Amino acid sequence: MSRIKSVFAELKAQGKKALIPYITAGDPHPRFTVELMHTMVKHGADMIELGVPFSDPMADGPVIQRASERALAHRVGLRHVLEMVAEFRKEDDHTPVILMGYANPVEAMGVERFAEQARLSGVDGVLTVDYPPEECAEFVGLLQSKQIDPIFLLSPTSEPARVDLIVNQASGFVYYVSLKGVTGAKNLDMSEVAERVASIRTKTDLPIGVGFGVRDAATATAVAAVADAVVVGSRTVQMIEQSDEAALSQNLAGLIAELRQAIDAVH
Amino acid sequence: MQVYDMPDGRGHFGPYGGTFVAETLIEALDELRAMYERYRHDPEFLAEFAYDLKHFVGRPSPIYHAKRLSDQVGGAQIYFKREDLNHTGAHKVNNTVGQALLAKRMGKPRVIAETGAGQHGVATATIAARLGLQCVVYMGSEDVKRQAPNVYRMKLLGATVVPVESGSKTLKDALNEAMRDWVTNISDTFYIIGTVAGPHPYPMMVRDFQAVIGVEAKVQMQEMLGRQPDAVVACVGGGSNAMGIFYPYIDVDGVRLLGVEAAGHGIDTGMHAAPLTANSPVGVLHGNRTYLMQDADGQIIETHSISAGLDYPGVGPEHAWLKDIKRAEYVAVTDDEAMAAFHNLCRTEGIIPALESSHAIAYASKLAATMSKDQVILVNLSGRGDKDINTVARLSGITL
Repeated sequence: MSRIKSVFAELKAQGKKALIPYITAGDPHPRFTVELMHTMVKHGADMIELGVPFSDPMADGPVIQRASERALAHRVGLRHVLEMVAEFRKEDDHTPVILMGYANPVEAMGVERFAEQARLSGVDGVLTVDYPPEECAEFVGLLQSKQIDPIFLLSPTSEPARVDLIVNQASGFVYYVSLKGVTGAKNLDMSEVAERVASIRTKTDLPIGVGFGVRDAATATAVAAVADAVVVGSRTVQMIEQSDEAALSQNLAGLIAELRQAIDAVH
Repeated sequence: MQVYDMPDGRGHFGPYGGTFVAETLIEALDELRAMYERYRHDPEFLAEFAYDLKHFVGRPSPIYHAKRLSDQVGGAQIYFKREDLNHTGAHKVNNTVGQALLAKRMGKPRVIAETGAGQHGVATATIAARLGLQCVVYMGSEDVKRQAPNVYRMKLLGATVVPVESGSKTLKDALNEAMRDWVTNISDTFYIIGTVAGPHPYPMMVRDFQAVIGVEAKVQMQEMLGRQPDAVVACVGGGSNAMGIFYPYIDVDGVRLLGVEAAGHGIDTGMHAAPLTANSPVGVLHGNRTYLMQDADGQIIETHSISAGLDYPGVGPEHAWLKDIKRAEYVAVTDDEAMAAFHNLCRTEGIIPALESSHAIAYASKLAATMSKDQVILVNLSGRGDKDINTVARLSGITL
C-alpha cells in the first residue's frame, strides 16, 4: 500500500482529517528544508507538499512566487529537491511527500528519469500544475509504474465530465482548488466548497484534499469539516518569509500546531 | 498535393502546442474554443472583422517595391508588405480587432493583455476604447521604464497599465501575470494574447486573424508581378507577423519561408532570443510545448535582444513544427546587423522601420545579394520605428 493511501486509512480509523502543509524546497535557504519538513511532521503534519522552484510559476500568487525566487537565488532545482526528499527519508519512512511543481523542470530532466529518481528518493505523489490529464497520459503511466500517485487538481469551474476524467486518472487523493484564482487568494466561498466536494464524492472513493484559500485556523476548521485533507500553502510560506532564520523552525512549528488543533477541533 | 491542416483538434502541431495550463483555466479555454469554432466561419462575424480591418485599421496594407534598396544590395528585388502603415503602426492590431470582436460576442466587459515593447498593449487599448471595453495591460516593470511613450499612449486610450515586478520583469513575466488575472476574473474577462503562443486555441486563432497579411499579399503579388515571390521573410519573436504572412503560403510550392530571430550579441554568446536557430531544448511554458531557452534545471533563462518585441524565450508552436518539417527555415540576425539595416532603410527608402522588422530587412538584404535580379523577396515590414527612436538615439550616444 502506498504511503499516501495508508496514512489516509490510519486517519480515517482515528476519525481524523489530514493536514498537508506546503513549503517551497530551498526557501529561504536549502539548508533549512529537511529540518523544516521534520519540524512540520513533529507538530502535526500528516503529509508534506514540497514545492519545486520554477522561474515562471503561473498558477501561484505573489507569496509562493517570492518563495520560488528565494530558492532559485540558491539555484535549487529539481535534482536538489529529490536529494532533499532522500535526506528526509533517512529519518522518516512514514510521512508521505508530494512534489508540487510545473512541467518544464520535469521535462528538462526527462519524464522517465524523473519518475525513477523520484521513486528512489522516496517521493509518494506528484502534482504537476500545468499537466492537465489530456496532456500527460504517458507521464501518469510512468509514475504509476513506480508506485507514485499522480495528484490532479479539480477546480470550481471543472465540468462534471472533466471531474469524471480526472478522478479516473488520479490516485492517492484529488486536490480541489477552493477558489477561482491563484494560490493564496482570499475569496474562499465555503458553501460552494462544501457543495462541490459533496458532488466530487459521488464520483470517487479517493480522499479529497482542499487548498488554495486556507489561511488560518478558522478556514482550516471549515475546510476540515467537509474535506479529507486540508492543504495549507501560502500561509506557511508567509510564515517562513516573515521569520528570522533563528526563529524559523519555532514559528513554523507554532503555526502547524495551531492548524492541527483547528482541524482536530472539527470532532 | 497534401493540404496543410494544422493544428489537430486539441491544438497540437505535431509534438508542439497543446493546452498546458492549470485546471482552473481549462473551463475558460473550453469556452473560448467553442466560441471561436462557432464564429470563425460565421459570415456575419467575418464581415464585421473585414469592415473594421478596412475602415479602422486601413487595410489592405500596400505592397511596396523597395527599388533603391534592391539596387543597393544588387540582387533579388525586395518588396515590403507595409504593415507599418496600419492604424497603431504595426500588424498587432489585426489580431486585437479579431479577439475584441469575439470578446464582445461573448459578453465580456473586460479585456486584459500582456505586452513587451508596448505595441500589442497599444493595439489592445485602442480596440478596447473603440468597443467600450475595460482594458488592463500587464507590462514588465523593466519594459515600462524602457517604453515610456507607449505606456502613456495606453493611458491616453483609457487603459490601466500594471507594471509587473516578478521574475525578470519583462514580457514573459507580464504573460504570467495576465494569466493569473485571467484565472481570478474568468467570468467577466477576455484575455487577448498578442502572439501565436499560449494554450490552444490561441496559436491557431492569432494565426487566423493575422493571416489577412498573407492572403492580401498573394493577391497583390499576382496583380503587381503576375507571380508569387521566391522567398517570404519575416521576423520571429513569438512569431505572429511571420505566421500571418507564412500561413497562406505554406501550400504554395516554390516559395521559401524564412523566419528571422534575434541573435542579440550573437548565438554563441548565449545572449540572444533565438530558440529555433540555437536549437534550444523543447519544453513547456505559457500553456504550450515548444523550443525554449532554458538552463539544465528547466528554468527559463533571460533573453537578450535590442528589440523588446523579439525578446522572448519561446516561440509559437507552429513555427517549431514548420522548422521540424522543414517547410520554413529559421535564421538569426544580431543587434548590430539589425541596427545597420534600420539606418540603411531610413536613408534609402524613406521608411523608419521597427527594430523588430529591421531584423527581417537585414536578413533579406543579405539573402537578396545571393539571388538574381529577376527573383523576388517579400519582406513583412511588420511595424514602424517611431516607438524605437529613443533606443536608437541612445545607442548613437544622443539624448533626445
